Amino acid sequence: MCLAIPGKIIELRTDADGVRMARATFGGIVKEVCLEFTPEAKVDDYILVHVGFALNTVDEEEAKQTFELLRELGQLDELDIPELSS
Amino acid sequence: MKYIDEYRDNALAAKILGQIRSSVTRPWTLMEVCGGQTHAIVKNGIDRLLPDELELVHGPGCPVCVTPLEMIDKAHAIAQRPEVIFCSFGDMLRVPGSEVDLLILKSRGADVRMVYSPMDCLRIARAHPEREVVFFAIGFETTAPANAMLAWQARAQGIPNLSLLVSQVLVPPAMELLLSTPGNRVQGFLGPGHVCTVAGYREYEKIAEKYSVPIVVTGFEPLDILQGILMAVRQLESGRATVENHYPRVVRRDGNPAARERVAEVFEPCDRAWRGVGIIPQSGLRLNADFRAFDAEHRFGVEAIHTQESTVCISGQILRGIKKPHDCPAFGSTCTPEHPLGATMVSAEGACAAYYAYGRYLQSSPGAQASCLGREAAG
Repeated sequence: MCLAIPGKIIELRTDADGVRMARATFGGIVKEVCLEFTPEAKVDDYILVHVGFALNTVDEEEAKQTFELLRELGQLDELDIPELSS
Repeated sequence: MKYIDEYRDNALAAKILGQIRSSVTRPWTLMEVCGGQTHAIVKNGIDRLLPDELELVHGPGCPVCVTPLEMIDKAHAIAQRPEVIFCSFGDMLRVPGSEVDLLILKSRGADVRMVYSPMDCLRIARAHPEREVVFFAIGFETTAPANAMLAWQARAQGIPNLSLLVSQVLVPPAMELLLSTPGNRVQGFLGPGHVCTVAGYREYEKIAEKYSVPIVVTGFEPLDILQGILMAVRQLESGRATVENHYPRVVRRDGNPAARERVAEVFEPCDRAWRGVGIIPQSGLRLNADFRAFDAEHRFGVEAIHTQESTVCISGQILRGIKKPHDCPAFGSTCTPEHPLGATMVSAEGACAAYYAYGRYLQSSPGAQASCLGREAAG
């Protein structure tokens, strides 16, 4: 459960509590991601995401390789958890 | 070489394997710390491609596996209260406590909810001001920043009906326990890439120096793991013991400073029990004095719950590298991922689940009975 999943930022926003957030796509599945720990991240950047938090930015090749690896390992289940509506 | 065709870059994998073979002159035992690495190693048959002199033992690298039974029983006691909405990562729902698991409690009417992110609990707590929302905050260093942010936001936003049942654990103290136990066989480590993404690897530099043990921080790609093994073997063969970062495209020496800062604001180190291992000094995190009001153990008075762990399941010995999954008579028969008896079968990153998923339940392996920690070690 420690593995971080790479995603691509498609939209930046700040939520009602002033928390820096993004919408990011993970192989077509779009999730909300908190960017408080990667304030440098911007639209089209690839981020490593763990339990809804970006931990780091990575380059596109790293992101794609890691995503494919996690798919092969069956470690993408958490993406299927539905998000709560805001 | 049976599995080599499946590698992303066969030629490069074969080349690294050749370099490993030509570098090894005597037996060495390496431990991969991270459960994700264990999964990748077993899936790709990496341990079987290595020369006979090299043995890989699987470390305690899954936070779901090491969450103590006592903490799971505390979670169940809280989750059964009628006013509570109990929120958890999906991985924890099927982990058996002394009697049941969270999914069974849910089927009996408890309000147990699986969340994707700890932050989801803020919204649930706001939507249900008349209920108590409790989050089961488990994890290694990778998860600590997210859990810290939940507590931080709960305090900043003044959300009184939210609390955390904290069972955070830290990797370096567990490595130190292994290394300082008489009979230890682990001579080198593959360091956990995503844990170090957050925490960095300065702590690992102290361990490498203190115990003269090479540590190579690496990722989860088969090629990364093979390269990590080669780098560790070269250090061992040349008598070096330093931290090498083979994952610089993701891991920096200081990790993620913003995440570490938030963790330090909210949590403080504490002694923590690991399932199957026992108490490891200063191996955990708990809410510090500023955030103690959000501590679910205190709020619901479950501190007094104490549980003895079962002696049937050998997951504790597997977590410490003393035994391997197929040494257990229940493995693959009465204990399967659908009906797990113990923690290492419950999570996909547990060693038993990885062995089961990739058909390792019939084979025996050399050194499987040997201990890397216990007194029965060959030495």
